[in-house]
Amino acid sequence: MSDQVGTITWISGPVVRARGSRHVGMLELVQVGEDRLVGEVIGLKGDQMTIQVYEETAGMQTGAPVFGTGLPLSVELGPGLIQSIYDGVQRPLPLIEAAMGSFINRGAHFDSINREKKWKFTPKVKVGDAVKGGAILGVVMETETLEHRVMLNPDDSGTITWVAPVGEYTVADTIAKLKMGKEEKTITMLQRWPVRRARPFTNRRPANIPLITGQRILDTFFPVAKGGAAGIPGPFGSGKTVTQHSIAKWADAEIIVYIGCGERGNEMTEVLQEFPHLVDPRTGRPLMERTVLIANTSNMPVAAREASIYTGITIAEYYRDMGYHVALMADSTSRWAEALREVSGRLEEMPAEEGYPAYLAGRLAEFYERAGYVNNLNDTQGSVSIVGAVSPPGGDFSEPVTQHTKRFIRCFWALDKSLASARHFPAINWLDSYSEYLEDVAGWWREKTGKDWLTMRNRAMELLSEESRLSQIVKLVGPDALPYTERMVLETTRLIREGLLQQNATETVDAFSSVEKQIRMLELVLYFHERGMAIVKRGAPINLIHDLPVVDTIIRAKSTVTNEELHKFDDIQKQIDQQMGQLDAEYRS
Amino acid sequence: MSEVTVQGGQEVVGVARIEGPILVVEGGTNVSYDEVVEIQDSRGQLRRGRVLEVGEGYAVIQAFAGSTGLSIDGTRVRFLGTTLHIPVAEEMLGRIFDGLGNPIDGGPEPLTDHYADVNGQPINPTARIYPRDYIQTGISTIDGVNTLLRGQKLPLFSGAGMPHDQLAAQIVRQATLGKLAGAPQTEGEEFAIVFAAMGVKNDVAEYFRRSFTESGALTRVAMFLNLADDPPVERIVTPRAALTLAEYLAYEREMHVLVVLTDMTNYGEALRQISNVRGEVPSRKGYPGYLYSDLASMYERTGRIRTSKGSITQIPILTMPNDDITHPMPDLTGYITEGQIVLGRELNFAGIYPPVAVLPSLSRLMKDGIGKNRTRDDHPRWGAQLYAAYARTQDVRALASVIGEEELSDVDQKYLKFGRAFEREFVNQSFTENRTIERTLEIGWKLLSMLPKKELTRVTLDEIAQYYKGDDASS
Ligand SMILES: Nc1ncnc2c1ncn2[C@@H]1O[C@H](COP(=O)(O)OP(=O)(O)O)[C@@H](O)[C@H]1O
Ligand SMILES: [Mg+2]
Repeated sequence: MSDQVGTITWISGPVVRARGSRHVGMLELVQVGEDRLVGEVIGLKGDQMTIQVYEETAGMQTGAPVFGTGLPLSVELGPGLIQSIYDGVQRPLPLIEAAMGSFINRGAHFDSINREKKWKFTPKVKVGDAVKGGAILGVVMETETLEHRVMLNPDDSGTITWVAPVGEYTVADTIAKLKMGKEEKTITMLQRWPVRRARPFTNRRPANIPLITGQRILDTFFPVAKGGAAGIPGPFGSGKTVTQHSIAKWADAEIIVYIGCGERGNEMTEVLQEFPHLVDPRTGRPLMERTVLIANTSNMPVAAREASIYTGITIAEYYRDMGYHVALMADSTSRWAEALREVSGRLEEMPAEEGYPAYLAGRLAEFYERAGYVNNLNDTQGSVSIVGAVSPPGGDFSEPVTQHTKRFIRCFWALDKSLASARHFPAINWLDSYSEYLEDVAGWWREKTGKDWLTMRNRAMELLSEESRLSQIVKLVGPDALPYTERMVLETTRLIREGLLQQNATETVDAFSSVEKQIRMLELVLYFHERGMAIVKRGAPINLIHDLPVVDTIIRAKSTVTNEELHKFDDIQKQIDQQMGQLDAEYRS
Repeated sequence: MSEVTVQGGQEVVGVARIEGPILVVEGGTNVSYDEVVEIQDSRGQLRRGRVLEVGEGYAVIQAFAGSTGLSIDGTRVRFLGTTLHIPVAEEMLGRIFDGLGNPIDGGPEPLTDHYADVNGQPINPTARIYPRDYIQTGISTIDGVNTLLRGQKLPLFSGAGMPHDQLAAQIVRQATLGKLAGAPQTEGEEFAIVFAAMGVKNDVAEYFRRSFTESGALTRVAMFLNLADDPPVERIVTPRAALTLAEYLAYEREMHVLVVLTDMTNYGEALRQISNVRGEVPSRKGYPGYLYSDLASMYERTGRIRTSKGSITQIPILTMPNDDITHPMPDLTGYITEGQIVLGRELNFAGIYPPVAVLPSLSRLMKDGIGKNRTRDDHPRWGAQLYAAYARTQDVRALASVIGEEELSDVDQKYLKFGRAFEREFVNQSFTENRTIERTLEIGWKLLSMLPKKELTRVTLDEIAQYYKGDDASS
């Protein structure tokens, strides 16, 4: 299975060259050196192969052997993925810890999926059934609420000649036999899939259901569709990670794949320690029971960081194929791009912009293309939504990773340093951000809430851009120079900013807003505006509006009104009516 | 951490090429990547280096002390067969070492058979304990609004001529484990300080040494010094040597270790120099594309792990070239560390000490170490409110500079006053003033009370009822 295919001739960081067999395949997985470190062939020239090594190469010698495996870099797929935490090449970190202690040592070889654990398998096919790739052969309850649909490998098809009866099986046990032409193939619950190859589906569906994240600035203002792709660029400390964590916690996806790609160890630990204790509002089960974590932190080997994105997306596609909505977070795609750059640099490839290889854009496109809402091979529907964090050097969005990413996503959540400094969170700049899914998801909102969300949302955006124009004037001449009608706009936009857009991820009530709460808040603020405008148009001084007690009530509503007590918004509306009514009466004459 | 004994290995006489601190040696066999070498010049003097690249029949070597005096034929290179290791021992506290970990205080070599690889190994994220215990530094701009936790990496971003050394020394001197008033004293916790200097002047090292002496901590301090006139390439090793000792003390001797690294900007320059000599493709400002990963391999050596009671807290100091926070060194540092304390030039001019520019400063871990049962319930919202109000002050100042202070609205006038008082009473404190967290919270509330209640939307109404002391009668 693993014969020596070469001898190391050159080592520089994560990149190694070896000389030997001409039969080694491009992108073949190899084992490098006496410690059999995991590597992948990334270049071939005559009898010379270039290998990127997924582990630390310090101490490795020239002259050491390279072993082939004949297989491409693949992930293991099957029951047991959920609640796992893997490194970038799907090695289970808890097992590495158990074997090696607190520090990650080289040469760890562990199964990605537990071979001993038994799962209760219930078949869904019978002998004689003709099945094609992706067919659901049976099901297993992977957690108390998640049905894992055991599927035929997409590349296989044939006739079932035997299927296991209901019972307890490990992922290594045969659960079916399949006649493919002349051959009979045994099928287990475990399959391998090459990470760099997208899993196939029948066709794409229009992405018209929003991924509800419970974050008001996202859902109400810049929604991403299920199966869509969003980018969240921002300088350090602007809120990329907190936003990604919030989405991982609250998004209405059935599966979350969270990739910590070249970021902090403590942030992964935080997820590990927090998610088992947070309850998924939809299932009543711990959030961890819908989550797969990939942690290849900044201090872990850089080539494995490059692979982590593919490991994550392949796992996401696998659950999509079962008919689930999957949301994938990658924090940060810039670190992945830097890993590409580092390996490219060691290969002395011609750099394009800022040292990045010319194929950067192509790789980004391939990754984001793997998002989608699709009809699966087995006629279920599922989606993979991608939210990629981008970390532009110096916070400058004109750099290559941000710019190329923009070409492949349809939703752009631009984080802003100055908002973050003022502790306006999420620090997503409403003027620089956009979503191209607005029209697509408007129907869903109408159906779900019975309200014209898009018109209201656009009205609020209009006020915000009016505010930005007015602030320019205020900066030059002060607010007193503005007519009351314009100052009324500023009163309302303050409510929008502080009441709606600001959302504290660390506060229990505010952390997640239901769709109903979001639309009620939006409605209320616009109602305040219409009534207030009518009054100032009659000549009432703006400070009378500014001083109304209800202003404070509206701003605080996000954390005083829970998702379960939306009737309280009726009370607030009554307060508006009452307080504005008084003013209205005074200035009517 | 593995233990090795250094053995003699193969020796190659003569080198093929010398360029800056880089040597190319031909003829070695089975050379290891990152292996340590001993380089002997024609007069028999020894210096160390390490392998940066190995190819068929050649190795690229970086000489820590540079290549001055080395000749093509007169140089011998001995491959030592191991990566760079330093001895680690508790008795290294109270001692002074050079940038490679050799004693320079006249004392003996540390007596130990425990050697550790200076590169360390990545902590498995599953083995970490998320930091939650706050360190009271007695400094309002840190404890109050950028709280430092045990196991956090929190750099000081400064500029030439600003008092970052004083601030770091004050933090080190005053740091105690923060606790609620009246909570029992935790006994028997051992602390240690590991100090690494990269390319700073002797005055700076001397300043810290004096400060450790005055606070009586000197016997708990290990100093690794690569000063301005020491070989720049050695700087690549200095912080790693320091962190290697810190890891031993924290994770094997269960101590709470505070690591001060200064000045990381000099470290970055050394890395850039080597990269340029090797002709690597640069990314920004000539720094190598792997600068981020390289810095992370040091900054991430911070934290707590489940198998030890100890911890490593890191305070790297960086001077920002031209006070530019977007320069690759502070920028990439900020992307890795858990926040940053930024010193501001204007505050420094205004005579405010410590001149902490509050708005760009951040402690990412603060949220997990403060609030109910940790500091005080209102602390998180109080902090956000101070930030919001001070941010507003900046806008008001900009407006005032255009239309004049007299033209400002009443509320804006109050913000101006708040801003001034905030800088003078909250930010400003003396070098020896050690404020309790209660005192810091009290000052903050006093300042917030200068603003109308209606402006304070970040704190709860209950908190306003309890702590607000202003004479604002509205609402
Ligand atoms: N929605 C939010 N609510 C509360 N605090 C936030 C929010 N977003 C960001 N923050 C604050 O900002 C800090 C930095 O955010 P983070 O997501 O870590 O930034 P980035 O990943 O962009 O560097 C956090 O530690 C937290 O204090
Ligand atoms: Mg982050």
